[in-house]
Amino acid sequence: MYNAASAQTAAPVYDLAQYQNRVQQKNDTLYVVNFWATWCKPCVEELPLFQTAIATYKDQPVKIILVSQDAKTRVLQVAQFMQKKQYKAEFFVLSAGNPNVWIDKIEPKWSGTIPATILYKNGEKVNFHEGDFPDQKALEDFIHSKL
Amino acid sequence: MQKLVLSLLAIFGFTFISMAQDGYKVGDNVSDFSLKNINGKMVSLADYKDSKGFIITFTCNHCPYAKAYEDRILALNNKYAKIGYPVIAINPNDAVQYPEDNFEAMQARSKEKKFNFPYLYDESQNIAKQFGAIKTPHVFIVQKEGGKFVVKYIGAIDDNWENTAEVKEKYAESAVDALLAGKPITTTTTKAIGCTIKWKKA
Repeated sequence: MYNAASAQTAAPVYDLAQYQNRVQQKNDTLYVVNFWATWCKPCVEELPLFQTAIATYKDQPVKIILVSQDAKTRVLQVAQFMQKKQYKAEFFVLSAGNPNVWIDKIEPKWSGTIPATILYKNGEKVNFHEGDFPDQKALEDFIHSKL
Repeated sequence: MQKLVLSLLAIFGFTFISMAQDGYKVGDNVSDFSLKNINGKMVSLADYKDSKGFIITFTCNHCPYAKAYEDRILALNNKYAKIGYPVIAINPNDAVQYPEDNFEAMQARSKEKKFNFPYLYDESQNIAKQFGAIKTPHVFIVQKEGGKFVVKYIGAIDDNWENTAEVKEKYAESAVDALLAGKPITTTTTKAIGCTIKWKKA
């Protein structure tokens, strides 16, 4: 877990098992997991919606996690990006090997484009959205669908 | 969208073969197209009288995944063009949102990287839609069968975009090798993370 305290610290790198352990927990928290990358323009444009959602849901069991698809060699840049933007969300880089294997393990309906967002609750995947959200309401409607 | 594609194809005088809703699947026949190459000349599949098929690759300039694969796309063409499977690269991105993907930038990139394959500009985005391409890079390997172009493989070039040295599965090469050997392709579709094709804003 990481709170962007210092950009001297690189973003953590998770493999698939670590990812699953983090987001598929047997509790009532709704995990809102967004796949993005620093170089992905629609992803970066969408991140403020997640930042705002952190405030919207601060008193509810909602955890927003940003999963970067940046290369393992860019873990420092990812952390610096988060610090510069002052984003508060937990984040890590997912490095899970062959995409043709791990994408389907995470979500068979996912074509592999980013951004994409997945909801998990009680250890189960409960909703999936490929593509960006057009506005704050669209993201929060999506979150509300399983809150 | 289908109507638009149909009317555009009709304007350009192509034979229109009915198109699947979500683009091509393995086994479908590809309709030929005519797109402008970086040298200003139009390129169609029918121009390649002697080829056995094609490695059609939707790609672009700006996307880090596409950039990471440029040398591998060159290597594919170097290996397979002379034995019947040339690479045809197509950039379908909206140059208004991504000026780095405009025609002049394509010409510059091609010169810089010494692309030895056509790099075509799908300005209308209709060919990407016809194929059902959604990201860059996105590969469609096509084999000529009689007068038809049949899709044999759709997906990624290999299993590791970040590090060529760590590649274990060369999906595109394996597919072409199988076609050349007259054997069934082991993996006919694959998924990869990729940059979405940047569609024009309505």
